[in-house]
Amino acid sequence: MTEENIKITEDLTIPQLFLHQCKRYGDKKVAMREKEFGIWRPFTWKDYLENVKYLSLGMVSLGLKRGDKVAMIGDNRPEGVWAEMAAMCAGAIPVWLFQDCMMEEVKYIIDHSDSSFFVGETQEEVDKGIGIMPDCPKLEYIIWDDPKGMRRYNQDFLKSIKVVQELGRELDKKEPELFENLIKEGNGNDICLLFYTSGTTALPKGALLTHYNMLSMGEDLMKTDPCYDTDDFVSYLPFAWIGEQMMSISCGLQIGYTINFPEEPETGQHNIREIGPHVMFAAPRLYEGLTRQVQVKYLDSTWIKRKIYEIATKIGYHVADLRFEKKHIPWYWKVSNWFAYITMQKKMKDHLGMSRLRYCYTGGAAMGPDHFRFFHALGVNLKQIYGQTEIAGISVVHRDGDIKFDTVGTPLPGTEIKITEDGEILSRGPSVFKGYYKNDEATEKTLKDGWLYSGDTGFIDDDGHLVVFDRSKDVMLLNDGKPFAPQYLESRLKFSPHVQDAWVIGDKLPYITAVMCIDYSVAGKWADEHKINYTSYPELSQDPRIYNLIQEQIEEANESLPEPAKIRKFVNLFKAFDADDDELTRTSKLRRGFMAERYKDIIENLYKDTDIVHLDMTITYEDGREQPIKTDLRIQEIESKQ
Amino acid sequence: MDNSSEVREGDVLLKLENILMAFGKVQALNGVSLEVKKGEIHSIIGPNGAGKTVMMNCINGLYHPQQGDIYYKGKKINHLSPHKRAEIGIGRTFQKLELYGGMSVLDNIRMGSHVHLKSGIVSGSIYAGKTKKEELEDRRFIEEEIIDLLEIEEIRDQVAHMLPYGLQKRVELGRALALRPEVILLDEPMAGLNLEEVEDMARFILDINEEKRWKVTCILVEHDMGVVMDISHNVFVLDFGNMVIDGIPEKVSSDPQVIKAYLGEEDLYATRR
Repeated sequence: MTEENIKITEDLTIPQLFLHQCKRYGDKKVAMREKEFGIWRPFTWKDYLENVKYLSLGMVSLGLKRGDKVAMIGDNRPEGVWAEMAAMCAGAIPVWLFQDCMMEEVKYIIDHSDSSFFVGETQEEVDKGIGIMPDCPKLEYIIWDDPKGMRRYNQDFLKSIKVVQELGRELDKKEPELFENLIKEGNGNDICLLFYTSGTTALPKGALLTHYNMLSMGEDLMKTDPCYDTDDFVSYLPFAWIGEQMMSISCGLQIGYTINFPEEPETGQHNIREIGPHVMFAAPRLYEGLTRQVQVKYLDSTWIKRKIYEIATKIGYHVADLRFEKKHIPWYWKVSNWFAYITMQKKMKDHLGMSRLRYCYTGGAAMGPDHFRFFHALGVNLKQIYGQTEIAGISVVHRDGDIKFDTVGTPLPGTEIKITEDGEILSRGPSVFKGYYKNDEATEKTLKDGWLYSGDTGFIDDDGHLVVFDRSKDVMLLNDGKPFAPQYLESRLKFSPHVQDAWVIGDKLPYITAVMCIDYSVAGKWADEHKINYTSYPELSQDPRIYNLIQEQIEEANESLPEPAKIRKFVNLFKAFDADDDELTRTSKLRRGFMAERYKDIIENLYKDTDIVHLDMTITYEDGREQPIKTDLRIQEIESKQ
Repeated sequence: MDNSSEVREGDVLLKLENILMAFGKVQALNGVSLEVKKGEIHSIIGPNGAGKTVMMNCINGLYHPQQGDIYYKGKKINHLSPHKRAEIGIGRTFQKLELYGGMSVLDNIRMGSHVHLKSGIVSGSIYAGKTKKEELEDRRFIEEEIIDLLEIEEIRDQVAHMLPYGLQKRVELGRALALRPEVILLDEPMAGLNLEEVEDMARFILDINEEKRWKVTCILVEHDMGVVMDISHNVFVLDFGNMVIDGIPEKVSSDPQVIKAYLGEEDLYATRR
């Protein structure tokens, strides 16, 4: 870090750091870029400051006060960061919502958080805001930034971001000192974010994070894996996920790297390739998707390309394994790896947008060893991290050259980790949150003497690495007492490109079964090649040949497993799991308890002597509409090969 | 949109007078008259073979009626060829897609704005001066006004015929819009689309009709009654070459003759909701 860098202390707030960085870089450096109308458009730190300043003052002139909550929803875009920073500068507390949240969730969070402002992006979010207004009396203003479709909206409480910024400009003319005074007033131990956890079990809880929580976490991560202000980062995961906040705000602001926003969520992957970020953090699902993409492209390519890929991956896997085992890599393997690099890895990394990647992290859920090895075999420095919203993001991470894919690494400097007698993981450090908003009971359970009780179980191995078991309730026992780890099995199944999702069942039951969701595009392509006609996901999923294809994938995963842990029966679901149906959390974790209830007919029949399940249920669309579904699903048994 | 000042909103923009069109002994249009006012969405409905597409083809110049006149902004345009009519602001999309399959989405759309490029062969061959300026302005218009409106950012570089049908329909609308038409003929834009795509398409039609920067008058041929009744200002009902009724949707949907001839046949023309 340079001398000009400000020191992170308990007194420093995020807005103070923001102001410092804006003054330091001015219009000499690009703070963020957004691809819009086909062109990357830069915003310098000066632009960033001006936009935040006037938006902040505009909200102040509409009556925003210190400590008020500002709810925000929308895709990743500069206006989103401006709004968040503007709220913080005014001393208010931003509350982020996932952009695909249903009305009920939006209503719950806005109401529970006592938000008085709601910042949406387009007509869709504005509609959600207007829809909940009668139930959320504290909500006063809705601010939007994309005029598309807004021509018929003229309610007084609706303001465009431009109008609010105009109000801010007027206020600034009257009181030119006001903005900086507002920033000066803050203290590092003030609450800066109210963050609703996605919650695999109950209603979302609002975690209160301070400026110091966020900044100290960022500082500690950057000590471990340094980034530089010449780096690029692509922000495309939901802002309502702490991982994105950590990279865009906690780390981004103190390092000063450029944050890039894709044109649309759908163009994300393409835009990542254009930027070539230096650092990346995503949930396992993204890496699983990339792996699938590579596997499919491989199946599609010519014979010679497939051969080169096969040889190069073999070399890559061998070298990666040597590195994992911390063994010396002999010169001939180094030469071979160079060959693998120039023939395959280099091009592959370019296509995935990983050419310049120094570090990439995965966290939020378990990731299977297959996926993990796959990226290391490509020469990508993928690391596990462990953490939670309550510790402002992360607390444990893999170090360069010390990567064990069954662990999540070692604690960040400044963070202590210990394991209780029951095996629960506790952490302590400057980033531990202040408690849950309006929920003392949960706070008392989670925070004791400065220790954060995570609810996860695990242990610390001989090298000081933390091993996290699946969430304690997800380590399951068959009814004969034999343990099995469903998440591990699921991640193995998901390594097949034909499988989008899998749900492994067997808790207190005689054997293990699985509900599979096929990947519509990949399995559909396979069906095309095999001349199988289909019209829809439900139809394709029930085709006997697709069943056999999925059975092959399961048998492959079964091979390395001991007899009791093998999957015996499975059923292909008529749809993919979806957060709108509450089957997944917004961060794409399976909600097992809910699923067990929703699909109890399936479970029941998987353990009966039958080969068909009748289902009669409703599915929910993103706009909240529901549709009843009646269908029959076939159960297929996997015969033991012994 | 440049010469829009000539006709004000609510004035008659396009007029068909007593159009007679026969193919051999088949009377496709039997003295049909229609007035389309500037700024409205005027739908044409009718059973298969009623002559809807023939009417579109007459307006756009693919067919020349044997009798009757067509006026655009008060001027008779009977003699104009389709490309001339395109130049004066009449755009259209087709029932069956007519995209350039091998070209990218962007190139397809750019083709639509070709009539607006005026620079000469010399500057064109070296891509300098006027050509460069024009091309850049044209690209900006396409990106800001069309690709953004139709939400097709992620497919702009893809080859048109590789796209799913619903997206191809969108691209065709994009190409028609690149012409900057004052009136657009939409021939069954919803046909073959799923519910979600139909809703998107209806939204796009409303956008181009209502947004200040577009304000395009729309003539819509469509079978989806739900959409027609929801978004049209006026509905023109055609049956075997004859006009049945022309009026606001409420009036049309309660007309006994229409119910009998058209809306009653639920099986054939059921709406999607």
